[in-house]
Amino acid sequence: MTGPMIALSALLSHWARHRVQAALLLIGLALATALLTGVQAINAEARASYDRAASALSQDKLPRLVAERITVADYVALRRAGWPVSPVIEGEALIGGQTLRLIGIEPLTLPSGVAPDIGLAGDPTGFLTGKVILSAEALNDPRVRPAELPPGVALTDIGVAAGILGPEISYLLLTGDRPAPPGYALIHPATTDLSQLTESFHLNLAAFGYLAFGVGLFIVHSAIGLAFEQRRGMFRTLRALGLSARALTGLLLAELLVFALVAGAAGVVLGWLIAGALLPDVAATLRGLYGAEVGSGLTLRPVWWLSGLGIAVLGMLASAGQSLWRLGRLPVLAPAQPRAWGRESARAMRGQALAGVGLIGAAAGLLAVRGLWAGFGVLAGLLLGGALMLPLLMAALTRAGQRLPDTWARLDAGDVFINEQLALRRGLAPGDRVEQGVIAGIYPDYGNPMPQVILSWDRHRALYPLPVLRYALITDIPAAEIRAAFPRVVVEDRAAIRKASVAVFERTFAVTAALNVLTLGVAALAMFASLLTLSSRRLPQVAPVWAMGLTRGRLAQLEFLRTLALAALIYGLALPLGLALAWVLLAVVNVEAFGWRLPMLLFPGDWLRLGMLSLLAAGLAAALPVHRLARIAPAELLKVFAHER
Amino acid sequence: MLSLTDVCKGYASSEGRVTVLDGVSLSLAAGETLALTGESGSGKSTLLHLCAGLDAPDSGRIEVAGHPMGRSDAERAALRRGTVGLVFQQFNLIPSLDVAANLAFQARLAGRHDPRWQADLVATLDLGSLLVRYPEELSGGQQQRVAIGRTLAARPALVLADEPTGNLDEASGDRVMALMLRLVAETGAALLMVTHSPRLAARLDRQVHLRGGRLT
Ligand SMILES: Nc1ncnc2c1ncn2[C@@H]1O[C@H](COP(=O)(O)OP(=O)(O)OP(=O)(O)O)[C@@H](O)[C@H]1O
Ligand SMILES: [Mg+2]
Repeated sequence: MTGPMIALSALLSHWARHRVQAALLLIGLALATALLTGVQAINAEARASYDRAASALSQDKLPRLVAERITVADYVALRRAGWPVSPVIEGEALIGGQTLRLIGIEPLTLPSGVAPDIGLAGDPTGFLTGKVILSAEALNDPRVRPAELPPGVALTDIGVAAGILGPEISYLLLTGDRPAPPGYALIHPATTDLSQLTESFHLNLAAFGYLAFGVGLFIVHSAIGLAFEQRRGMFRTLRALGLSARALTGLLLAELLVFALVAGAAGVVLGWLIAGALLPDVAATLRGLYGAEVGSGLTLRPVWWLSGLGIAVLGMLASAGQSLWRLGRLPVLAPAQPRAWGRESARAMRGQALAGVGLIGAAAGLLAVRGLWAGFGVLAGLLLGGALMLPLLMAALTRAGQRLPDTWARLDAGDVFINEQLALRRGLAPGDRVEQGVIAGIYPDYGNPMPQVILSWDRHRALYPLPVLRYALITDIPAAEIRAAFPRVVVEDRAAIRKASVAVFERTFAVTAALNVLTLGVAALAMFASLLTLSSRRLPQVAPVWAMGLTRGRLAQLEFLRTLALAALIYGLALPLGLALAWVLLAVVNVEAFGWRLPMLLFPGDWLRLGMLSLLAAGLAAALPVHRLARIAPAELLKVFAHER
Repeated sequence: MLSLTDVCKGYASSEGRVTVLDGVSLSLAAGETLALTGESGSGKSTLLHLCAGLDAPDSGRIEVAGHPMGRSDAERAALRRGTVGLVFQQFNLIPSLDVAANLAFQARLAGRHDPRWQADLVATLDLGSLLVRYPEELSGGQQQRVAIGRTLAARPALVLADEPTGNLDEASGDRVMALMLRLVAETGAALLMVTHSPRLAARLDRQVHLRGGRLT
């Protein structure tokens, strides 16, 4: 073995003698990496689905002609008159046991570049005669190219679609910049796409990922801190035996790198498992909330390995930074008062914790000043509140319904309501005017990226003399009765919708709850790691007290009480901080990012439960270190005196 | 082998700057043994640390094996790997390595591991039954024997020892000291040893006394 290798093996031998410490370090980093890569994987998968949706269904982007009823004869007449239109029949259909969004297109008149490359050149007859239906669900047909279409969508020839959905044309795609022919209305597709709608959801998920990552790094930080502290003597010895400071730092970096790669690899695999487990719920949530179809299959992309390992290495460096920096300042010769060093570092640790809290607060402050996507600190503040956002959403929704009826009357008088998005964008308040009338009120419109105006029926007719596309009536008659009496009428059962949306939110909560549990687990582990660290760091302080006649049992008791008191104190500090973060998210970030605001609701019952939980967690985390202290062999305490340097 | 010319060294302390070494000159030939005595706090350890390049003098010249002390940390570290061996009052063994690995450590680091020489040392220092133990399982005298073995295994040309038997009772101190002198003589190394004991100092070739920052 060469010199550097022998020194490295001496450094590594420490871990063989301190397995729990090594395990904590690896687990902490692996968990941190796993949660972050898992969440990123989910987001990447969802976004890839949106991209596919956007590219495959770009007929959504073309202007459409609609009318109350479009027949084949109407279409032929338009074509004859020289209108560049192409018919589409679209609807839900049960195909191969699955409900799919069936889109029937007319390949010969379809503007080029609208449909994906569906391989018509290879087998046009197959498609035209309905032998080929293209779908991501793939139906085991080798001619199908699943990657080309978003999930839940089947593309087929219009003739086939007419056979399934009926001959009425849903709409006509219109190429070129033309006005609508008489009797038709021209609809310009909304400029939003799924990724815009779902951005808030993904932001929340990402917030969770970063939060868990940060918490995981605490474990790593304390495990590394302990390992460096315990090896301080070894570092000095190595320096005295002829290892230069630079070589020592280099070797420690190499050591950390080895750890980071091992933990990172484990983290990627773990993250993949987590993402795979959560994706069905996420997909259900996205479908329920936004109608976005996300496949529930997950592919382990090579780029994950890279990003996962990169995350692990960066995380490791971030958590080891302080220890490495201290190492640089470590004098070869022991300082005159070794215990002063220990005291100082314990104080520094507590100071750090407080500084961390302050930093988060500062990040929140920074946010209000500097707006949104700026910087790391801002994100850190974001994350903590992300978890609070979704539960509030639901409560807010139920309240939103109650506020509106008071002002309904003004709507009939010709005034309008606008949504918060429009109000914020144009700086409007009730009493101001928009093109459609005087603003009677502003309503919250959660999750909608578009400005919107609600106006009365009469006012709408007066302003927009378009053919009526859809009527809706609100009635108390049970849905089944209407369906029986009017088979062609579409009935939307509000109770059913409500039930369905509650179910959607339940799925959402399942996702956040799972992430919550994982994050809290990591946090508990972090607490355990730092208590373990602290307990061995405190041994030099405890030993003299023991020597003066306090029993180990009593010392352990005092340590336990101290931990609980500390936990209670931190809880008292964390609660207002969490509330402040939630407020920043609801009232500042969300408004800036998405243009709508959520009311802040308080749940004191939950605070109480949380307080009990954190005391319980602290007690559990302290149990092992305290138990160890109660049972510690006197020889261990004596060592403090014998090995003092 | 070692030469100091007008070496001065002081520390900043709470009462201002304290001069510890005030123009120390000294020379030591190859194979020569020298005892350094002086009251507690007189600067003996400071002097030794300067010779090992663990710290730098405020002024003056230090030469080891004919070369002036390097300026960079890397040069001075190389000196400790190559020429100079240190034995401390505290044993400074690596706690996570067993006795055998500790013994071989410095020689390996210097790239001069010689199994036969190490076996000789193990026999002379009577460490054969302790090779698989860890430092925390050894008594003070045993640890000091390992520390001496570790230094001599690398065959340094200059051994610097700071009260190597200060932690031991008189009988084991004498035994360890006798062993060390014998081994130093065998390897032909020069020895600069700090000691409180006039009795031990008398067994070396020469004695110098540090007082008031100067040698007498
Ligand atoms: N890092 C330091 N900072 C400030 N003063 C120091 C430092 N190291 C040593 N001193 C001071 O320098 C003086 C000499 O210390 P040194 O350790 O060299 O003495 P010594 O002769 O080895 O004593 P002992 O026999 O007790 O080991 C002492 O007064 C000590 O307080
Ligand atoms: Mg000394």
